[in-house]
Amino acid sequence: MKLDKIITSPSSWLKPGGPNDDIVLSTRVRLARNVAGRPFLSRLNPDEQNDLEAYLKQAVLAALKPDRYTWFELDDMSQIDRQCLVERHLISRELAAGEGRRGVAIGPKQRIAIMANEEDHLRLQVYAPGLQLQDAWQEADAIDDRLEARVTFTFSPNLGYLTACPTNVGTGLRASVMLHLPALVLTRQIEKVFNAVARLRLAVRGLYGEGTQATGDIYQISNQACLGRTEHDILETLGTVIAQIIAYEKEARGALVTDSPTALDDRVMRSWAILTHARIISSEETLALLSAVRLGIHMKRLKGVNIGTVNELFLTTRRGHLQKLRGAELGESERDGARAETIRERLGTN
Amino acid sequence: MLCERCHKQQATIHLTEILKNEKRERHLCEDCAREEGIAIKAQINLQDILSGMLEAHDNVGRNANLRCPDCGITYAEFRSQGRLGCPHDYDVFAEPLRDVFEKVHGATEHIGKLPHRAGADSRGQRELLQLRRQLQGAVEAEKYEEAARLRDLIHEKETAGETR
Repeated sequence: MKLDKIITSPSSWLKPGGPNDDIVLSTRVRLARNVAGRPFLSRLNPDEQNDLEAYLKQAVLAALKPDRYTWFELDDMSQIDRQCLVERHLISRELAAGEGRRGVAIGPKQRIAIMANEEDHLRLQVYAPGLQLQDAWQEADAIDDRLEARVTFTFSPNLGYLTACPTNVGTGLRASVMLHLPALVLTRQIEKVFNAVARLRLAVRGLYGEGTQATGDIYQISNQACLGRTEHDILETLGTVIAQIIAYEKEARGALVTDSPTALDDRVMRSWAILTHARIISSEETLALLSAVRLGIHMKRLKGVNIGTVNELFLTTRRGHLQKLRGAELGESERDGARAETIRERLGTN
Repeated sequence: MLCERCHKQQATIHLTEILKNEKRERHLCEDCAREEGIAIKAQINLQDILSGMLEAHDNVGRNANLRCPDCGITYAEFRSQGRLGCPHDYDVFAEPLRDVFEKVHGATEHIGKLPHRAGADSRGQRELLQLRRQLQGAVEAEKYEEAARLRDLIHEKETAGETR
């Protein structure tokens, strides 16, 4: 599949219809693996890095159905294309910004992405819409088995899969769930939730991972500990906590309707009005307004608006996608204009 | 306990005021306390911070010059970049890394997935280790039939290993 096709087609992990899709946008399972008998990335010279990338490309495509996966070389790619893949969560910011030969295999429906020469030799990621920890894990596990039939991974009987950073050692598993929690934010309970989560060795991050701020009331919650527990336990702990948070968010949504229905409607309808009429809009404002509209649709306060279109706007109004869709590099003020236009186009109010 | 002012949020600020020799207890939530102009001091335990810093300093200090003969990285370099150089570092820095594992994972041993290919040996070793742990559990729980079964299984695996 061509890169342009990937960037312009809807992202399957943002599709509505997954379990608990009113609150959970998507689930991701990531496995970190390194090839036995080779140093980690930071100690590879350029030749070794080239060699490793070629080896991994060949092995990954041979292990998986090569007609369903496409391999992309990051160093051949334009800045905007790389940015788009980051926005789609298909590659990490580290891979986009990295040096030397590095690649990514993108699989069917953009649900699977395998990065080569990131922090670890291989980073396998599986996405699923809504809350689907078990399904995503099983798929990742099966792909890992197939890769393992061709590649010997560095493994120690005591420490498990060895990784470049000791925070990933053991299972190499990071499972994360992307949640939309506007009601907990509005009712000022979000901090309480996060304090509780931190005590369980879980991490909270914003829409674009480590070091990014939560924008549009979107939060990613993931396991930190991946040594000394089984994959099953890791997923179960995370799943239990997520179920709790979903229940809190639902309660908070209920409270908004009972305590202040007019204020809620006002917030939703104002957001809708601005999104459908603005001529200049920043990405922060867009995310905040999309969040309110998304909440309004799921709470049936705003009718006749397609939730899939709204979900996609979280992605297509980002810097990289805007420029890709316009086919040109845009400065910040040009982007704010283009963003407003794109939103009006997509929401059918041009 | 609910906040005595708004009766909605949990009271997290507890004060004892003494006015004209009269003692009064107050229980407020953070929002109400702020509205009443009560300064909230974050409860940071200086002792904890200091001991945390000392621990980290100690962990690096004692092991700073450990060097991996394979990739050449020192423990100090690893601590400043946060990335190891090669798998062998896990053996060379085994001791100081234990503290890191404890802190990050709260554990120091892998019990998850085993690869099919990373040498039948390591797979076999892990299996044996787990069987031994199960055996210990069975004996402690006085499940003697189960213990006997596990003992046979361990024996079988060990002898299979020897003849390989």
